[in-house]
Amino acid sequence: MTDTPLHLIRNFAIIAHIDHGKSTLADRLIQACGGLTEREMSAQVLDSMELEKERGITIKAQTVRLAYKAKDGLTYELNLMDTPGHVDFAYEVSRSLAACEGSLLVVDASQGVEAQTLANVYQAIDAGHEIVPVLNKIDLPAAECDRVKQQIEDVIGLHADDAVMISAKTGLNIEGVLEALVTRLPPPQGNADAPLKALLVDSWYDQYLGVVILVRIKDGRLKRGQKIRMMSNGAVHNVEQVGVFTPKMIPTGDLGPGEMGFITASIKTVADCNVGDTITDDRVPATVALAGFKASIPVVWCGLFPVDADDFEHLRDSLGKLRLNDSSFHYEAETSAALGFGYRCGFLGLLHLEIIQERLTREFNLDLIATAPSVVYRIHTTKGAIEELHNPADMPEVMKIDHIDEPWIRATIMVPDDYLGSVLTLCNERRGQQADLTYVGNRAMAVYRLPLNEVVFDFYDRLKSVSRGYASFDYAMDGYEESDLVRISILVNQDPVDALSFIAHRSAAENRGRSICAKLKDLIPKQLFKIAIQAAIGGKVIARETIGALSKDVTAKCYGGDISRKRKLLDKQKEGKKRMRQFGKVEIPQSAFLAALKMDA
Amino acid sequence: MDPIALYIHWPFCLAKCPYCDFNSHVRERIPQVRFASALRTELAWEAARLGRRPLASIFFGGGTPSLMDPATVADLIADAIRLFDPLPDIEITLEANPTSVELRKLAAFREAGVNRASLGIQSLDGNALRLLGREHSAAQAITALEAARATFPRVSFDLIYARPGQSVAAWQSELDHALTLCADHLSLYQLTIEPGTGFEALHRRGELVLPDDELAAELYVATADACARHGLLPYEVSNLARPGAESRHNLAYWRYADYAGIGPGAHGRVTLGDDLVATRRHRAPEPWADRVERQGHGSTAEERIAPRDRAREMLLMGLRLTEGIDPVRFAARTGMALEAALDADVLEQAIEAGYLTHGAGRLTATAEGRLRLDSLLARLVN
Repeated sequence: MTDTPLHLIRNFAIIAHIDHGKSTLADRLIQACGGLTEREMSAQVLDSMELEKERGITIKAQTVRLAYKAKDGLTYELNLMDTPGHVDFAYEVSRSLAACEGSLLVVDASQGVEAQTLANVYQAIDAGHEIVPVLNKIDLPAAECDRVKQQIEDVIGLHADDAVMISAKTGLNIEGVLEALVTRLPPPQGNADAPLKALLVDSWYDQYLGVVILVRIKDGRLKRGQKIRMMSNGAVHNVEQVGVFTPKMIPTGDLGPGEMGFITASIKTVADCNVGDTITDDRVPATVALAGFKASIPVVWCGLFPVDADDFEHLRDSLGKLRLNDSSFHYEAETSAALGFGYRCGFLGLLHLEIIQERLTREFNLDLIATAPSVVYRIHTTKGAIEELHNPADMPEVMKIDHIDEPWIRATIMVPDDYLGSVLTLCNERRGQQADLTYVGNRAMAVYRLPLNEVVFDFYDRLKSVSRGYASFDYAMDGYEESDLVRISILVNQDPVDALSFIAHRSAAENRGRSICAKLKDLIPKQLFKIAIQAAIGGKVIARETIGALSKDVTAKCYGGDISRKRKLLDKQKEGKKRMRQFGKVEIPQSAFLAALKMDA
Repeated sequence: MDPIALYIHWPFCLAKCPYCDFNSHVRERIPQVRFASALRTELAWEAARLGRRPLASIFFGGGTPSLMDPATVADLIADAIRLFDPLPDIEITLEANPTSVELRKLAAFREAGVNRASLGIQSLDGNALRLLGREHSAAQAITALEAARATFPRVSFDLIYARPGQSVAAWQSELDHALTLCADHLSLYQLTIEPGTGFEALHRRGELVLPDDELAAELYVATADACARHGLLPYEVSNLARPGAESRHNLAYWRYADYAGIGPGAHGRVTLGDDLVATRRHRAPEPWADRVERQGHGSTAEERIAPRDRAREMLLMGLRLTEGIDPVRFAARTGMALEAALDADVLEQAIEAGYLTHGAGRLTATAEGRLRLDSLLARLVN
C-alpha cells in the first residue's frame, strides 16, 4: 500500500545525449537514496538489456522510485523515468515525458548541446515540463561551463544561471540535483476519487511474469485484483500484481495518483499493450482517454533472410519472440528469388532496424542477410489509387504509375564550424533543402529538409566521416512529396537479383548503379565462367562490370589411386556451394551479399 | 577379363618433406624383413580373392620404395607374375630418390624386373631443393638421372614448380635444363599446400606465399609450351610424355580401370563379382603389419561403390586426361549414362566457354578446362 500525498511526489525524466552521463547520474541518484547497496550496483543499472549497456542507449523506458529525505526534513518520493534517447523512439519518448512533470537536462560540460538532446528537450518543453539544466563532467580539464551555459541559453532558450554543476562520475554535488528536483519541479496533480486513468508508458515481456506494464497514474487508484480495460481496444484484464521499481521490483498492492509503477495482468503479448494507451477501471470506466495516443508506424523496411535456409523456422520463432517485447516492429513473410524465404520487416527508424538485427544475431544466434533499407513510398496509380510500397521488388510497372511520393524528414545537424562546409555539401548531394542555419559560438546548427530515402543510404556514416565524428544528427518525419524516382535493378549474367534492386532519385541513379556494380565486382570472387554485372532502369543498362573467369584451379597431383578423398573433396565443395546464393549460373558468396547490401548503393 | 594394375606401397622415407602429405613415415631402422614378408602375404591374399587376371602394370610407390631391399622387390614381382597373368609388355615402375645410396641399387632393381624408374628430382635448383627439404643436390639429381637412363628402358622424373617467389623466366630456364635431361616422360606438379604438412604451418603464418592463380596459370601454360617444343605432350593435368610413353599404370587410375593396392594406406578399385569395390588398407605401417600377420591382410572399411559415385569418380579422373572420356566405356563402367551424370546447363556453358568439347563421341576437357578442372567438376558433376 502506498499512499504518498501528491505534494511529496516528484516525477522526472533525464534528457541527455549519448555519453553525456545520463546513466551514471541515474546510478548516483539511486545510490544516494539507498535504492541499492554498493554491492548491487552493477555498472549502469537502468540499461538492463545487454545491447543497451553496450551502446549506452536506452531502448525500453524504465522507472525507479527513490525515497529522498530533503533539507526541509520531509521524505519525498522521487520517480525517475528513464526514457529512450533516440529519435527512432520519438513517440515512446513523448509518452515517457508525458508521465512526468519535469526533466533534468544533462549536458556534458566539455561537449555542449547535441542535436538529439535538442529534439528531446523540445519535446519536454512541449510536454509542459519544468526543466533543470545540469552540467555534468565539470571536473574534466576540457570543461567549459560558462560557454555551455551560454549555449543552453542561446540554443534552447533556457536560463542556465542556476544550472546544477556536477560530476556524476565522482559523485560531486548529487545532493544538489536531488534538492533541485524537490524544490524546482512541480508536484503531480490528480484526483484519487475520480475513475481510474493510468497512462501506459511502456511494456515488455518477462519470461516469468508475462507482460509487465509501466504505468503513471493520473486519476483514481490501480489495485491488485482490479479488472482493468485498455481504452484503445477495450481489452479487459485482471490485475495480478501492482508494484514499483527501486529498481528491484517491490509489490505495493496499489498505486495512487501521481505515482509510477508496474502492473502484471496475465497478458501474453505486448502487442495488446500499446504505448500511450489509457488504462481505466472496467467497472467504473473513465469517459475520456488521455490525449496523444497513436499507434506506431514503421518508416523503414528491409528484408531479413536466414543465411542458412534451414534457419527459416528459427527466424520466424525469433521474430515472434521479439515482437512479444516490441510491438513497434512489424514483419510479414517475403519470398525472394535470390535469397529464398524470409521476412519483410518494418522499423521505427534505422537505429531500431539495427537493434532488432543485432538482437536476432546475438540473442537468437541467427546468421542473417538484410536487404538494403527502403522507405515507404506512396505510389499513385494511373487508376487513381494510392498504394504504399515498402519493397522495391513490388514496384508496379512504370505504365501503371502516375507518380510517386516519397517521405521527407526535417533534420537538425549540429557541427563544429570547421566541418560545416562538408556537412552542407553532403546534405546538398542528398537533395537536401536548407531550412535554417544558425551559429552558437563555434558550433553551427543546420536544419535541412531531406528525403528519408537519402538518409537510409549510408547517411549517418558519411556524416560521421565528413565531420570526424563531431556532427550530431536528429530528425523528424516531415510529410510526403512527389518525386522523380526510378527502380534500379542489378543483373548478374542478365538475371535480375531481386534482393539487390533499389529505388533512387533519377539524378542519383547512374552514380549509384555504377558504384554498386563496382563494389560487386570487388566482392564476388572470380569463378569458372566470366560474370557480367549490370545495373539497369527498366530495360536500359546504366552501368556494367565484368568479372573475368578464374585463371587456375586444379589439383596438381592425384595421390596413388585415392579417389575417395577427391570425391569427398568434391562433396565438400558442393556443400560449400550451399552457402552461396545461386543466380542463374553464378554463385555469390553470402559474404559478398552482406557487404554489398550493407554499403551505400 | 580386363587387365588389372597393381600398386605396392612402401611407407618409409629417410626424412619427411615439408610439402608431402603422403602416407610416409620416418623410422630409425626400417623393418625391412617384416614389411617384405607382410607385403608378400597381403599380395597373396588380394590375388586369391581377385582370381587370375591379366596384369598390365606394377607400381612401387611410397614413401621411398628405392629404400626397399632389391630382393623384396624381386620377390614381390615374382609373386605377382606367378599369381596373375602378366601381359607381355607389363610395365613395372619403381619410385626412387636420387641419393647416392639408392643410386647404387639401381642395377639390382632392374635385375629384379623393374623396367621403369620414376625419380623424385623435384628441382634442379639447389635453393629450391633445400626449401623443399630434399636430401639431394642438383648435381646428384643429374647423376642419378643419367644412371637411371643407362639402367632402365624407361625413365620419368618429377619436378615441383610454382614455388614461392618463382618467376616464369626462372622456371623456364630450369625446365629447359630438365628437358635436355629427360627421356620420354615428365611429371610436373605445381606446389600445393596440403593439410598437416610443414608447409601448411608456414603458409598459415604467412611465411610461405604461393604464386596467385594468374601467375600459376601463366607458369602452367609456359610449362606446356616448353615441353611441346621438346616433343612432350600433356596427357594428364600434370603429366607429359612422348606419344606412347605414357605411364600405363597411372593411366589405369585416370581411366578408372581396375587397380589393386597393397601395403599400408593403399587404395584400390577392383571388380569383385558384379560390384566395384573401393579397397583401403590400414594407414599406419606397424598396425597394418600386425593385421597382416594376424589375419593375412590389412584391409579396412571397404565400400561397394554405387553407380552415382562411380560416375563421379570416373569424371574426376577421366577429365584430367587429354583423351577425355569415352561415353560407351563410361556407361559400361559406371552403370550410368554420361549425360545423366552431368549438369546439362553447366555442360553447355562449359562448351561455350571453351572448357569442354563433346565432339567425336568423347567428353574432353580442353587445356583451358583442365586448368580450372576443380571448379569445373564441382559445377559439372551432378
